Amino acid sequence: MSGQVLDRAGVDAVLNDLDEYAVEEALRIVEAHSPTKETGEGSGHTVTLISMGPERATEAIRKALSMGADNAIHISDDALAGSDALATSLVLANVISTEGFDLVICGTESTDARMSVVPAMLAQRLGWAALTFAGSVNVEPASSKVSIARSTEFGVENMSAAFPVVVSVNEKINEPRYPSFKGIMAAKKKTITTKSLSDLGIAASAVGASAAWSSVKDSLLRPARSSGIKVEDSGDGGNKLADFLAEKRVI
Amino acid sequence: MNKVLILVDSVVGQVAKSTGELATFGARLGSVTAVVFEPTLATQLNGLPIDDIVVVTGVDASKYSPAPVAEALAQLIAAKSATALLVTSSARGKEIAGMVAVISNSGLITDAIDVDADRITTQSVFGGGTTVHSAVSTPTAVITMRANSVEVTPGSNTPTQEEFAPTISESAKLAVVNSTEPAVKGGRPELTEASIVVSGGRGTNGDFKPVEALADILGAAVGASRAATDAGWYPHTHQVGQTGKTVSPQLYVACGISGAIQHRAGMQTSKLIVAVNKDPEAPIFELADFGVVGDLFNVLPVATAAITAKKA
Repeated sequence: MSGQVLDRAGVDAVLNDLDEYAVEEALRIVEAHSPTKETGEGSGHTVTLISMGPERATEAIRKALSMGADNAIHISDDALAGSDALATSLVLANVISTEGFDLVICGTESTDARMSVVPAMLAQRLGWAALTFAGSVNVEPASSKVSIARSTEFGVENMSAAFPVVVSVNEKINEPRYPSFKGIMAAKKKTITTKSLSDLGIAASAVGASAAWSSVKDSLLRPARSSGIKVEDSGDGGNKLADFLAEKRVI
Repeated sequence: MNKVLILVDSVVGQVAKSTGELATFGARLGSVTAVVFEPTLATQLNGLPIDDIVVVTGVDASKYSPAPVAEALAQLIAAKSATALLVTSSARGKEIAGMVAVISNSGLITDAIDVDADRITTQSVFGGGTTVHSAVSTPTAVITMRANSVEVTPGSNTPTQEEFAPTISESAKLAVVNSTEPAVKGGRPELTEASIVVSGGRGTNGDFKPVEALADILGAAVGASRAATDAGWYPHTHQVGQTGKTVSPQLYVACGISGAIQHRAGMQTSKLIVAVNKDPEAPIFELADFGVVGDLFNVLPVATAAITAKKA
């Protein structure tokens, strides 16, 4: 395997849970193919984090670096606020295509937006293979081949593709490590490259809330569910439950 | 008048129930064209509000999932000047929708629970706590609809049928499906499609038999809390909650589930919620329409027997 492994960390200030799985998987892949079993250094393989988000995303990036990633690219620009999945994938595809990575690993969805479509959009924009919803990932450096077990509601599909590939991983794939003290200290010396939209040659008008092709008309707080009937079971709780369902015509 | 494409989903060769829901939403917008990738599905679309059927030929959707499906749909949008594409909000459906949006430069709305004749969508976000109305400004709106969001309206049309042969690029064939292991079906409905879901949590102590027995008499799917799946008591594919599946059935029965916020995020838009829990202070009771404070091992068998008797 030549080249690099890339990871996209969360846009949240807190490293999004699902992205920790992506960071962990990237580190495991690099470690499995490094003679020293250490992280990237010396093996020729590196893990780069890419995060698109506000200034405060730096904390999340530091955490992922302390887990063992080598360096990070932080795309930060006020014009990015309110970007939808289409704009997010546009910006990420721009960065990825200019940096020359072999493998991009994403979490399955950001916990706030629940869009889960960014990895597929990214692959579509890059013209790369999309291996998404992976419950396991296997990289064969000799043949530059990536195999995954794609897990969806319809079952498991065993899929494969040659580099370059976009992979998204689910939360069953691994147990993310906790940063060690050594890792936290080392992370302070690692490079975070900050890029603005002009650095990337992307017009501010192409991203952000004003460029979004879908816009929110209004939003309202859903009235809180009020609790209904509560009964104490003294042998007949099950009967009362059945009566309630009959009354509501569910049965 | 909108021209609407709907993507027909199938489960083991059978048209999925969600197809009727997509057709119902589509008919509100305008004329509905159902798109099928397996010719055998076309014969199963009678009785739905569908005006015509397009059978896509030359695409081995099962071998290259899901990029060629997206390419074919994007080409159909152009060929038909479609103003909306409706797809079911499954993991696969959302991916296809995202890819179509990129190819056809269309706005995308995911997880809508409603859409009106002007293509204004309703979404339920932040775990069901907030309702959002959105509009798409592009000529075509790509919208994924959450299952169980609408009652299916029957249709009396006899749909016309035509074939469409898209041009699939090489890059859409880069990811290859080598083999598939279909989800093991225990004769129960698919979790996200079921109109009733019975879920078990920590309170089951690993014994899901009473939960399954109640589910079977109700014709329900079985769900589980993260505590139960993490303990290995039930497969992860059945997990309901923030990191699992979001369900919105007509009836949700939570058995031995305390109702942590992460679990509630996956089920609180259910129409009717029933909870059984030993702990009278369990937060699940705050959103239950009907709650029984008691041991599920006592309550569920009595309820199952009573429902059996009522059904007889």
